Amino acid sequence: MSNEWPLWEVFIRGQHGLNHRHVGSLHAPDAELAIRHARDVYTRRNEGVSIWVVPSAQITASAPGDKGPLFEPSNAKVYRHPTFYDIPDEVGHM
Amino acid sequence: MYAQMVKSEATNEDPALLAAFQARIDAGEKIEPKDWMPEGYRQTLIRQIGQHAHSEVVGQLPEGNWITRAPTLERKAILLAKVQDEAGHGLYLYCAAETLGVSRDDLTEALLAGKMKYSSIFNYPTLNWADIGAVGWLVDGAAIVNQVALQRTSFGPYARAMVRICKEESFHARQGYHAIMQMAFGTPEQKAMAQDAVNRLWFPAMMMFGPSDKDSVHSAQSMAWKIKINTNDELRQKFVDQTVPQILYLGLDLPDPGLVWNEARGHYDFTEPDWSEFYDVLKGNGPCNADRMAARQKAWDDGAWFRDGLMAHARKAAARKMAAE
Amino acid sequence: MAPAMSDIMTPDAAELARVAPGHGKAAAESVSPERDLFVGLTRLGDNTLILGHRVSEWCGHSPILEEDIALANMALDLIGQTQLWLGLAGQVEGAGRDADALAFRRDAWDFRNLLLVERPNGDFGHTLMRQFLFDAWHQPMLAALQGSSDARIAEIAAKAAKEVAYHVERSADLVIRLGDGTEDSHQRMQAALEALWPYTGEMFLGDPTDARLAEAGVMPAPEGLRAPWEASVTAVLAEATLVRPASAFAHKGGKQGRHTEHMGHLLTSMQWLQRSYPGAKW
Repeated sequence: MSNEWPLWEVFIRGQHGLNHRHVGSLHAPDAELAIRHARDVYTRRNEGVSIWVVPSAQITASAPGDKGPLFEPSNAKVYRHPTFYDIPDEVGHM
Repeated sequence: MYAQMVKSEATNEDPALLAAFQARIDAGEKIEPKDWMPEGYRQTLIRQIGQHAHSEVVGQLPEGNWITRAPTLERKAILLAKVQDEAGHGLYLYCAAETLGVSRDDLTEALLAGKMKYSSIFNYPTLNWADIGAVGWLVDGAAIVNQVALQRTSFGPYARAMVRICKEESFHARQGYHAIMQMAFGTPEQKAMAQDAVNRLWFPAMMMFGPSDKDSVHSAQSMAWKIKINTNDELRQKFVDQTVPQILYLGLDLPDPGLVWNEARGHYDFTEPDWSEFYDVLKGNGPCNADRMAARQKAWDDGAWFRDGLMAHARKAAARKMAAE
Repeated sequence: MAPAMSDIMTPDAAELARVAPGHGKAAAESVSPERDLFVGLTRLGDNTLILGHRVSEWCGHSPILEEDIALANMALDLIGQTQLWLGLAGQVEGAGRDADALAFRRDAWDFRNLLLVERPNGDFGHTLMRQFLFDAWHQPMLAALQGSSDARIAEIAAKAAKEVAYHVERSADLVIRLGDGTEDSHQRMQAALEALWPYTGEMFLGDPTDARLAEAGVMPAPEGLRAPWEASVTAVLAEATLVRPASAFAHKGGKQGRHTEHMGHLLTSMQWLQRSYPGAKW
C-alpha cells in the first residue's frame, strides 16, 4: 500500500458572508490534518475565516464531453437575464 | 527559467481531435484536467510543471543557507517568510501537476533519481548576505518576468497556480532590492558585498531563461500549445531592460561591460552568458548540484518515518472509528 | 574575563558594562525592580528567540512541504514574540539597546533562555517533542502573564497566547499521532522524550528574581506552572502511548546564563554579521 498522503481539495471563505471558494489542494493523512495544513498553506496572508477540505477522490465532476447538453440549453433562456427587458428610464432604477 | 530546456513530446493522435484541441487553444480557452488533450501536451506539461515545482523546492536551499545568519530579527523574519513562500509555490505547482495523473511522490523520486531537473540557478552558492538581496531581486525578478507571462498559459491549473504565485512573489523582488539597497548605500564593506553578489549572480540569472530558442522545434510546439508564451530571448531582453536601471540606481558597477543602451533597438545590448557553463551545470557540474541533491535526498529519507507514522496513525484512527460505529 | 571584542568597539562600552551583568558579576549586581523586570523579559524573549532559531534551521529540510510551511509559521510567530519581549526589555533597561542589540550583541552568559530550547534539533521527532514540552509550559505561562500588573506585559502575552494556542494544539497532536503511529515512530518519540525530559525541570525552578517578580504580580512564580504543565503532558503522553520517564533530575542554569556547549555555536552563526561588521545597518 502506498504511504503517500492522500490529496485534498481546499475551499476557503475569504470574508464573512462570501461563499467558500476552491483555492487549491494539498496532501494530508486525514481530514483534521488537512484542515491544519490548509490553515498553514493557504491562509498565510490572512486570506480566510473558514476552511473546508474534501478528499480529492470524493469529488464527482461533470464530464467535459457533456458540456453541450449540460450548459448550452441555458444559453437560449435569455429571458432569465435582467438586460432582456427594456424598462423606460422614467420609472427609475429597477 | 524555472523550467529550462523542456522538451516537447511529439504527438501522433487523431488529426481531427488534434485540430479541435488546437482550435480551443487558439481561441484562448483554458484546457482543464478532464478535457481531452494530446499525450504530448500532457507529458510536456508534467515535465515543465514538475521542473518548475522542483525549482521552488530546491530553491529553498540557497536562501535557507542564510536564515540562521540573518543580521536582524526583521531580516530573519522576512527571509523565513520568503523561503516559506517558495515551499508554498512548490506545493501549488506539484498539485497542478497532479491533476495530470502523476503523484507528488513520483515526481520527487524522479527528481532524486536525476530523471528530472530543476533550474540551473539554484546550483550556485549564496556566499555573502548581499546574495540574499540579489537572489530576491535578480533571481525572483527573472522568475517573475517569466511567471507573469505564464499566467496566460493554456492549462487551467498551471495558469491558476501562476496567478497565485505572482501575487505572492511581488514581495520577493521588493524585499530583495530593499536588502541590497541598504548595503549598497551602507558601509564600504557592505557595498563591496553587494557588488560581489551582483557580479556573481548576473550571468547565472541571465541563464535562467535558457539558451536562445529561435531554432528549437520543441519551443515551437510548446508555443503553439501556449505552454510557453514568449521566447527565451524576449524574456531575457525584458529582464535586462528592467534590471539595468535598478543596478545603476544602487551606484554599483554593471556586471557586464557589454551592457550598453542601443538607441536603434530601444533595448540594452548585453554579453551572452557562457553557455558551456550552463550545460555543465545542467549535467550536474555546477558548484552546488551535489550538495543540493544530497540535502533533498536527506530530507526525503530522514522524513520517511514521519510521513509513514502519520499515515499509520490516520489508518488506525479510521479503523477504530469504524469499529466503534 | 575580558569583555567581548565588540563591546570594546562600542562607544558606550562603559555603559554596557554597567548594565549588563557580565560573567561573574551577577552576584554584585544591585537589585532593583527595573533590573528584575529586565531579567524577566529577557528570559521570555530569549526562549522565543532561541527556539525560533532552532525551528528555522529546518527550513527546506523537513520531511514534507506541508511541514516546511507549518514550521516556518511557528518560527515566524516566535521571532515576532522575541521582537516584542526584547523590545520591551530594551525599553525597560533604558540603555539604548533595542531588540536587535539584545539578540545579536550579548554573549552567551547574558542569555537567559531555558536549556531545553537550545538543545539541537536532532531528528524530527526530537524537534517536535521539544516543541511540545515547551508549548505545554508556554501556554500557561502566557495565560498567567495576561494578568500581569504590568499592562505592557499583559498586552504582549495576549497577542502571543493566540499564536501559542495553535502551537500547542499542533505539537500535542503530532506527538500523539507519532507516538501512536508505527513501531519506528513510537520508538523515536519515546527516545526523544527520554533525552529531553531532564531539561524540563528547569521550567519550574524559581530563583530570587522570579520570587520578587511574582511578589509584585508582574510574572507568575515558575513553581505554579508545574500543575497545568503536568496535566497537559500526562494526558498527551498517555494518548500517545508513551511512557513518562521516572527520573526527576533537572539540568539547570540557562535562566541564570549558564548554558550548554551548543549555545556558543548557535550564537556564532546567529551573531556573525553583527559582530563582524559593527555599526553597519542591515
